[in-house]
Amino acid sequence: MKNKPLPTHADVVIIGGGVSGCSIAWNLANQGQKNIVVIEREYFTSGATGRCGAGVRQQWSTKANCILAKKSVEFFENAQEILDYDGDVEFKQEGYLIVSSTPEETAQFKKNVALQNSLGIPSKLLTKEEAKEIVPHLNTDVINAATFCKTDGHLNPFTMTDAYYKAAARLGVEFFTYTTVEDIDAKDGAIQAVKTDKGTIATNVVVNAAGGWSKEVGEMVGVDIPVYSRNHEILVTEPVEKMQGPMVISFSQNIYCQQTPHGAFIMGRGDKDAPKGHDMSSSWKFLDEMSRTVTRLLPPIGELRVIRQWGGLYNMSPDHQPIISGTDALKGFYIACGFSGHGFMLAPMTGLLLSELILGKTPSLPMDDMALDRFEGKEITELETSVV
Amino acid sequence: MDPNKVIICRCSDVSLQDLYDLFEEGYTTFEELKRIKRVGMGPCQANTCGKMVQWEIAKYFEKPLESVEFHNMRPFTMGVKLKAIKEAADDEE
Repeated sequence: MKNKPLPTHADVVIIGGGVSGCSIAWNLANQGQKNIVVIEREYFTSGATGRCGAGVRQQWSTKANCILAKKSVEFFENAQEILDYDGDVEFKQEGYLIVSSTPEETAQFKKNVALQNSLGIPSKLLTKEEAKEIVPHLNTDVINAATFCKTDGHLNPFTMTDAYYKAAARLGVEFFTYTTVEDIDAKDGAIQAVKTDKGTIATNVVVNAAGGWSKEVGEMVGVDIPVYSRNHEILVTEPVEKMQGPMVISFSQNIYCQQTPHGAFIMGRGDKDAPKGHDMSSSWKFLDEMSRTVTRLLPPIGELRVIRQWGGLYNMSPDHQPIISGTDALKGFYIACGFSGHGFMLAPMTGLLLSELILGKTPSLPMDDMALDRFEGKEITELETSVV
Repeated sequence: MDPNKVIICRCSDVSLQDLYDLFEEGYTTFEELKRIKRVGMGPCQANTCGKMVQWEIAKYFEKPLESVEFHNMRPFTMGVKLKAIKEAADDEE
């Protein structure tokens, strides 16, 4: 990007040019906020957004995640028009098929579906035979049952973020890529300025949308955010003729795998032994495990050639639900992080809710389940279990 | 030559004019071009178009070629079947 000189003052500075930061910027501008600046260390989507599996689902096990996801899907269905985007966000609603491996996992899925249905999410429990009708190359010998939600699907992380960026830029938001935030000044419990390698911006409002680096941004102002980052690896194959409609995922077999509208298959998995931190390297271990898992669950996929692999950071919160919150101790410091691997698909609600908090409006949803202080001195009572 | 007819990225069917359009819109680095147009993200992994993209960025913005950052190269250098990776992993045990 060709950047203009950094302004010396802004009403809001957003740190992070991923989908969350761009959505927050557009939502603020769309409600009339002026003088918004977004600072991105590299290029848009260079962090977790551009490294994710490009999936959008509403099948979660906690109420907060279900509602955030459902309302986000409603936005995605109209995103192209709302944001008046000249590209294609490639939203394809052909569902998520979530397979269970054991009767115990199926029992949990029944509870999930009951919760989802109670919130208006059209998921349903399927026998493995019914699942095979939806994905004919599914190996039913290694599954017990499945759930399916037809309005889940695929969305292009790059163009979705680009759509937010362009719409926000038209409303006057200023974006600065390849610009690094080095420190944040606070005095008497209030934000004063953001210091970058290109200059200092005086401001009273900072939004921490730094994804895998959000904890470090919190540390700049002494706010302890209980999150950590961990590498999750992923690969993509050559593009082929369409052969799979929905995303297929399994928590117990540790895989998600979808065919994008462009034809390539994307598949990823987590590694609980991966060290916490900012490592995003690619490993043989991942390739070995992924090739075994996918050829077992979806055997014909074994014929496809892998063309690229990479890693990206999940920013994990204690209950695997996002932190979308202000901070009691520091006026003007707002946080959107801890998405635990699903920040991309929740971005519309992240942007709406945080912008409402910043503008002093009544939020569209109760936000207690997303507050930073929900962890203080409390046991985690509701843990999102549906995470790969 | 008509830049619409000059194909830079054969895998993702990106023409020279497509690059010019992106430059005009403000996308000036290889990484940005990749993500908006998939240039260099196909089966050849920019082994065919990579140098050309770098060259075109340098020419358009009148910068020395060596100052234009090449894209982040990731494994693999050529496609390998998932089945072959699985079999190799099984053989090692």
